[in-house]
Amino acid sequence: MTPQTPLTQEIISAEIAQARQAYAKAVEGGEPRRDHPDRGYAPYRSSVLRHPEQPLVALDDPDAVELSGPVFGVTDVTALDADLTRQHLGEPLGERIMVTGRVLGRDGRPVRGQLVEVWQANASGRYAHQRDQHPAPLDPNFTGVGRCLTDDQGRYAFTTIKPGAYPWRNHDNAWRPAHIHFSLFGTAFAQRLVTQMYFPGDPLFDHDPIMQSVTDDAARSRLVAAYDHDLSTPEWSLGYRWDIVLSGPAATWIEEGR
Amino acid sequence: MTPQPTPSQTVGPFYGYALPFAGGGDIAPAGHPDAITVRGRVYDGAGDPIPDALLEFWQPAPGGSRAGAPGSLRRDPVTGAVIGRTGLDFTGFGRVATDADGHYSIRTLPPGGAPYISVCVFARGLVHHLFTRVYLPELTDPATEPLLASLPPRRRATLLAVPEGGRVHRFDIRLQGDGVEEETVFLDFG
Ligand SMILES: [Fe+3]
Repeated sequence: MTPQTPLTQEIISAEIAQARQAYAKAVEGGEPRRDHPDRGYAPYRSSVLRHPEQPLVALDDPDAVELSGPVFGVTDVTALDADLTRQHLGEPLGERIMVTGRVLGRDGRPVRGQLVEVWQANASGRYAHQRDQHPAPLDPNFTGVGRCLTDDQGRYAFTTIKPGAYPWRNHDNAWRPAHIHFSLFGTAFAQRLVTQMYFPGDPLFDHDPIMQSVTDDAARSRLVAAYDHDLSTPEWSLGYRWDIVLSGPAATWIEEGR
Repeated sequence: MTPQPTPSQTVGPFYGYALPFAGGGDIAPAGHPDAITVRGRVYDGAGDPIPDALLEFWQPAPGGSRAGAPGSLRRDPVTGAVIGRTGLDFTGFGRVATDADGHYSIRTLPPGGAPYISVCVFARGLVHHLFTRVYLPELTDPATEPLLASLPPRRRATLLAVPEGGRVHRFDIRLQGDGVEEETVFLDFG
């Protein structure tokens, strides 16, 4: 058996640069800008066999069920769900933070009363998940799952701790920048969004094929929260602001709530 | 200025303790005589089952209402534990993770006013979710339903649930064609 050449960061970084250049060239050549990543993004190796090769079938049907969507209410969450630091008897380790922002539709209107779910690693970069084998300590006082409903202005807010970076097996010495996973519902199922929020200035951004799968620089920058000193609480927590805009069919723009 | 959309990112491998909830696939009230089961497997482009996909389902109530109802993840206000749906309200929303063999199943009621159940697919390796539909053959005529009729037969077949008897339907999802089996038709709502 021939020994396998290790898949180094250098190789992945070269592929990332290549994909970025190809995208820039396509835009120069008149292709539309893309807000979302290309599903077949080879530097993220798990995408290779998990993306459709046939074009999506465009559907412009005013009767589509997907133009409505599930609703959630106060029974779907409990008051403590938005504070990830208070779900156990003790305080979790790490840097306490507040993350808040607004959820908007493409028309700029707030998405009201909808479910926002978050999940994240602990301060050491370890998920409370059985399959996470990263040899970093679990924190008995931190699970890393939160939920809330957006208010009348579309606002959400979570108190949590800053997650750590963690290694993964995409390539040799692959590390994910610190991030919080977000799951969002709009007023239409077609507005559904699952994404990740990053922290400003993380040196791992350029190395990470998941973040870089968004090849448009401006779009990618919208994944990064802003540190907001006004959101920091004296002697308690640091504040980050991150607004989220849901894409979705134009038909839902005129629909205000339900 | 219109606000610019936030890009999608993969759900990753570690959502299992965060997103699925107890009773997520039990959309029909317990013991409802009209309940149907939709089950199947999710496959990748090598024909291998995907053990870490997350599927969400959304559909009208049997009477045709698309208003939905809260309470899919009904929680105990003291402990925060999911206690499940009331068993009375039809919320129209379901969420299940695939198991180690790539299997999933939901129990629901036939949708009213539309012959399909809408599906949103998330998975590790999938950087942007995908939408598809489970068309129930007893509710539709594939020759006249506009979307189905617009597709060549091989593609159309990927959207049609296969009755297995006993109110059970099979619906497999292929994120990529494997050279033998057809890739599922995925939809873009613009
Ligand atoms: Fe993660």
